[in-house]
Amino acid sequence: MLEINNLHVKLEEEDKVILKGLSLSVKAGSVHAIMGPNGSGKSTLSYVLAGRDGYRVTAGTATLDGADLLALEPEARAAAGLFLAFQYPVEIPGVGNMTFLRTAVNAQRKTRGEAELSAGGFLKLIRAKAKALKIDAEMLKRPVNVGFSGGEKKRNEILQMAMLEPRMCILDETDSGLDVDAMKLVAEGVNGLRDAGRAFLVITHYQRLLDHIKPDVVHIMADGRIIRTGGPELALEVEQNGYADLLAEVQ
Amino acid sequence: MAALAAQADALNARLAGLALPDGTGWLGAARAEAARRLAAMGLPGRRDEYWRFTEPTTLKAAEAAPAAIDRRVGAEAFAGIDCLRLVFVDGVFDAAASDDPALAGVEIEWLGRAGMADIHWAQGLYGALETDGQTPVPRPFAALNSAFASDGVLIRVTARVARPVSLVYRRKSDTSDVILHHCIKIGAGARLTLLESGPAAARFNSVLEVEVGDGAQFYHVRAQGRDPNRRAVTQVFARLGAAARFKSFTLTANGLLTRNEVVVELAGEGSVAHVAGAALGDGSFHHDDTVFITHAAERCESRQVFKKVLKNGAVGVFQGKILVRPGAQKTDGYQISQALLLDGDSQFLAKPELEIHADDVKCSHGSTVGAIDENTLFYLRSRGVPLKAAQALVVLAFLAEAMAEIDDPAIAENIRLRLESWLAEHDGAGAR
Repeated sequence: MLEINNLHVKLEEEDKVILKGLSLSVKAGSVHAIMGPNGSGKSTLSYVLAGRDGYRVTAGTATLDGADLLALEPEARAAAGLFLAFQYPVEIPGVGNMTFLRTAVNAQRKTRGEAELSAGGFLKLIRAKAKALKIDAEMLKRPVNVGFSGGEKKRNEILQMAMLEPRMCILDETDSGLDVDAMKLVAEGVNGLRDAGRAFLVITHYQRLLDHIKPDVVHIMADGRIIRTGGPELALEVEQNGYADLLAEVQ
Repeated sequence: MAALAAQADALNARLAGLALPDGTGWLGAARAEAARRLAAMGLPGRRDEYWRFTEPTTLKAAEAAPAAIDRRVGAEAFAGIDCLRLVFVDGVFDAAASDDPALAGVEIEWLGRAGMADIHWAQGLYGALETDGQTPVPRPFAALNSAFASDGVLIRVTARVARPVSLVYRRKSDTSDVILHHCIKIGAGARLTLLESGPAAARFNSVLEVEVGDGAQFYHVRAQGRDPNRRAVTQVFARLGAAARFKSFTLTANGLLTRNEVVVELAGEGSVAHVAGAALGDGSFHHDDTVFITHAAERCESRQVFKKVLKNGAVGVFQGKILVRPGAQKTDGYQISQALLLDGDSQFLAKPELEIHADDVKCSHGSTVGAIDENTLFYLRSRGVPLKAAQALVVLAFLAEAMAEIDDPAIAENIRLRLESWLAEHDGAGAR
């Protein structure tokens, strides 16, 4: 589904190379985890895939179901089925959460040539999905993420994911700032979305989240590259020994 | 001396075409008094500190520059809001186009007619708050208005009135030069919502004097728009009694030159005044919010929230002052002015001022200028919202704090729709 081949990325404004030949292949139905120390380029990878400004791809490709992701505007990538759950969800005062979600859902449907959801249909859908994430009616009415706790923001990200039904989900450090209960809720939300037609790329520092969202494949990233790929046991190895041994091995 | 002579010449030129409309009665006396005030202070010039950021030449010129009427079809502001409409056409009250001015708990009269009456409640109000508002900073256009206003409405409120009174200004002439003066007196415990909208005139000078009695409430929402060639100076003077509440919000879209002055005196203990504005300018647009809030009693609260969205060389000005008089302890003052510049050509000039003569007060002020928030824009686009729609949402988010100052949800929604349609007409935030 997601194919990344020899991706090289530098910062637009600085002579700083972040990704140095990253390759990755994620198949439909699978969950991949990317772990790595600070500064290894994990978040940059997620931003580049989602289409954030400020980066320049100097070599390599990234495709989603064969379509060239890097040639698309961020909104077109979303309509094509890509979703990024932000590490730091943005607060948008004055724009109601519900209005925002309805605008997003219908914009994507329009781009894909599908009929827009009616107000009633949308309401029914969002209520059911919000309930599962313990998001109450009040949170849906409030401006997007304004005054939300860290846990509420992350749950709101998962709600957006559930509503938009993307095929390729990238979770950027979704566990950061969450207590155990909130992490369980978020993991349940993600697990509920797992199916044969959908894939996940879970970016995290810690093994913790992977106790709840069980990955099929674990990658270790360092200095802009994948340095090791393995099964879930690789995450446990990192948890016990840290990254130092792995990094030493490569060097 | 030469400067003084030039100033007198300018004043004489401006006054040449004007005549005191009503020379008799209490109103005539008030007008003559205002004319004397004006003569003493003269019209503002470029060197005038209070007009440093806004060029007053076109406002004081002998003739109003013609301004083409915007003939695009579209609903008037506040259409769909249940209110009592009073219509002025080129500055003259149009009874046929207006609703029957009968509303329980409200007394409505016209300036011309009231002037004939020997005893009238407006006697103590007309020009009085304007006079007080002349110190410490002279406001010559307000004095000019009190002297030469051609029409206006006098409203006395004695009950809690739910239905808003809406002043609708329409234009038929490309050269209309209009001076309107309204007085509102809200009795103790009473309440009124006043709406103002419409293109008004090629050149418009308005004064609104509002006395808000003890425990009374006044809500004011204005929409200035659909009038790309307008030049306007508006002045609101308000005095608040104990535990009174005053809230004024202005949406300004387009217009060549708009200066909105608001002068509020918190005279009674525990009174609350909020003044807010959202301005949208594209191209030849100069918008000036000049606010002066005086805390003259204890435990009063004031908020100033002004937001401007500017593109293609539009200019925004904010001059806001909080004056805390000796003894006005436990004052809670807040002032924020912010501009969102959608390109590198636009300008925001801000002069926030605090003058505090009491020791137990809380006053904060902030002024910022910035570009559209790329983070928010990316967040929205990553959810599939197309660029232009995302830009419009970011602008709405920027204006949210000012919009939050409109209490009535239906009126707020009406204003929000106007913002959205302006953004759609002006290509979202379209500076990319």
